[in-house]
Amino acid sequence: MSKKSQKFEGDPNTTGHVWDGIEEFDNPMPRWWLWTFYACIIWGLAYTVAYPAWPLINSATTGLLGYTTRGEVAEAIAEVEEANASINTRLAEADLTAIADDPELAVYATSAGAAVFRTWCAQCHGSGAAGVQASGYPNLLDDDWLWGGDIESIHTTISHGIRNEDDPDARYSEMPVFGELLEKEEIAQVSNFVMTLSGREAQDPSMVEAGAEVYEYNCVACHGEDGAGNRDLGSPNLTDAIWLYGGSYEKLVETVTYSRYGVMPPWTERLSEAEIRAVSIYVHQLGGGE
Amino acid sequence: MLNYFKLIVLGLITLFAMIAANYARDLAYQMHAVLIVLISGGLFLWVLRGTDEPAAPEPMNEYQDGVVRAGVIATAFWGIAGFLVGVIIAFQLAFPALNLDVLQGYGNFGRLRPLHTSAVIFAFGGNALIASSFFIVQRTSAARLWGGNLGWFVFWGYQLFIVLAATGYLLGGTQSKEYAEPEWYVDLWLTVVWLAFLAVFLGTLIKRKEPHIYVANWFLLAFIVTVAMLHVVNNISIPVSVFGSKSVQVFAGVQDAMVQWWYGHNAVGFFLTAGFLGMMYYFIPKQAERPVFSYKLSIIHFWALIFLYIWAGPHHLHYTALPTWASTLGMVFSIVLWMPSWGGMINGLMTLSGAWDKLRTDPVIRMMVISVGFYGMSTFEGPMMSIRAVNSLSHYTDWTIGHVHSGALGWNGMITFGALYYLTPVLWKRERLYSLTLVSWHFWLATIGIVLYAASMWVTGIMEGLMWREVDANGFLVNSFADTVSAKFPMYVVRGLGGVLFLTGALIMCYNLWMTVRRSPAKEASLSTAVPAE
Repeated sequence: MSKKSQKFEGDPNTTGHVWDGIEEFDNPMPRWWLWTFYACIIWGLAYTVAYPAWPLINSATTGLLGYTTRGEVAEAIAEVEEANASINTRLAEADLTAIADDPELAVYATSAGAAVFRTWCAQCHGSGAAGVQASGYPNLLDDDWLWGGDIESIHTTISHGIRNEDDPDARYSEMPVFGELLEKEEIAQVSNFVMTLSGREAQDPSMVEAGAEVYEYNCVACHGEDGAGNRDLGSPNLTDAIWLYGGSYEKLVETVTYSRYGVMPPWTERLSEAEIRAVSIYVHQLGGGE
Repeated sequence: MLNYFKLIVLGLITLFAMIAANYARDLAYQMHAVLIVLISGGLFLWVLRGTDEPAAPEPMNEYQDGVVRAGVIATAFWGIAGFLVGVIIAFQLAFPALNLDVLQGYGNFGRLRPLHTSAVIFAFGGNALIASSFFIVQRTSAARLWGGNLGWFVFWGYQLFIVLAATGYLLGGTQSKEYAEPEWYVDLWLTVVWLAFLAVFLGTLIKRKEPHIYVANWFLLAFIVTVAMLHVVNNISIPVSVFGSKSVQVFAGVQDAMVQWWYGHNAVGFFLTAGFLGMMYYFIPKQAERPVFSYKLSIIHFWALIFLYIWAGPHHLHYTALPTWASTLGMVFSIVLWMPSWGGMINGLMTLSGAWDKLRTDPVIRMMVISVGFYGMSTFEGPMMSIRAVNSLSHYTDWTIGHVHSGALGWNGMITFGALYYLTPVLWKRERLYSLTLVSWHFWLATIGIVLYAASMWVTGIMEGLMWREVDANGFLVNSFADTVSAKFPMYVVRGLGGVLFLTGALIMCYNLWMTVRRSPAKEASLSTAVPAE
């Protein structure tokens, strides 16, 4: 026989049921609870009259307030677009190089461009625009530019992207896969030589001389005699300490052997001209703009 | 005769699983087929060896407590496993390097996260529900569990489901529906097990010796029936191959999303709310030794809860492709649901009136009370978050995670701990628990852990919601997504620490329960005989 519930003086009646010693008081429902429940039901009914709620056969009630969630968002977007309409037109039509000298336009473009950047560009270049070191996502804060750092060049790069298949005007160049053209020995030699271009000690100094010869026959066309690169071809400067894919001996061998093929999408289809200009201005003023 | 039938079925299953392992198209399916070969082959041998042995007669005048004891052990085991994985993934979010490279992606957050949610909800919570259903329905019906060894089939079948689900996630077998990740053959197996669960429960209710059905059993029955329906509808899919784990959902687009969240929300409503209310309605009056506060309230809030909950799912899809009318209805039903949910809290708390002093002396009661407190808090927070305007801030943020955990750790976790503390001495026939001091330690560690968890998630959730919508004077966004991620770091660490405290508390509980079985003095009088109370 299991233990029954304890009862005290003044306890209300029970319902008379007992299960495994558990009994139930015959208390009424708390009034505040009941009335709040009723109030919620009445509020709920009223709300469904005011807002779209009840499904019909081919549609649903639209509610007295004419509210829709999509309408709400569209309204908020339209409000901002209307407020910025005139300045956006000015931005899209202004001479690119003159924007920086127009304080109102420059301030607007910078804050608009920052928003565009955080939404569309931060995924690769980082929310602070520092890129991802040695992983192929360029740092936009320094003054080392693959395709040019003046406002026109930045604008072109953002509009059309790099090495993508969506835009015929995309910036394009391709380093050969030297693993198919050179012997391993030669790749080792030229990698050692490239290390010295930026003033560093080669991994194996005895290979530098032979590497210079390999460089002359295979690399000069794009990277130049002095290794300073060529912005028309997007070929990087090899004499500085900035390495998009890493500058260690191993990374250089990897780059020479397999080549690299960094891609950036074109933005003309997704962003308006004003937005592209705004983000160009934003990137230009980050520190490295020319 | 039954044994020959079993042998044929097990033999066929083993044979098919061998063929399936041979033709398997993916790793998850192949490993599962091998596992089933081993299990069904082993069972085949076991049945074969037992054939023609005289069977011991079933003691019909005693409760079947063996399966409940197994359930208590399984609950504690899966609880620790689930909490541990939770702590690991919490720290993975704070320190992404913990997605260890050496594990080749098998230990990544993406695979461990469903492992955590399924382990705590379905393995820990599910075992707690099955064990306490079997315990409660026998006691309150004064009848032995119906179906002989069917209860054992439910228990072991459910453990197999858990193992198939968990290993499936790690090996890549998932249909990518939240809380319904297991692939088609695991779903089919669970359906079989669940229907057996329903049969055992209903069978026991039908042969009850009490004139009325106790309120706990209403909730438990609602939980079992509704989960069966939700599970079947949300998992309707067509396998790409009978020899592969991949399947394709029958619903598409927004219909699929709506079915998924109809399921997802009612997994909360019927698994984590109705089922656990069933537990509460038994264990609180028993532990407090007081009558339930109000019979009328229990009837009204039961039916209101059951009717309203099933419509609340669309509030998970505010501001999506879901039509506004459906979103409105989801929100309205959620808010009307507030009071019916609170009915359970009132009945739980007010049952203690006249026994409040026990809060001082009995840490188990304290655990149950705080669990009902967290229940009340999260069933207020839920309707509030379903309001579209609030949801536009809270949705997709960590606030949701905080809300879920104040409910899951606070309500489901604490009431389960309370139930385990009640059940262990009863099931193993001990005078008392090994140590109430350790229960107190568990109580405080778990409570502080939950507070750290919930508070840090509120802070980071609201912070990121505000950061996402912050715009400058021209209407431009101020923050990038990555900015919000880095801003959350300190709160992620606090959350992880909260999880460590909660896990530590649970480990202390396991030690305490173990020592109760090993060391506590045995109780003379047996509680396990089926006698009607009146």
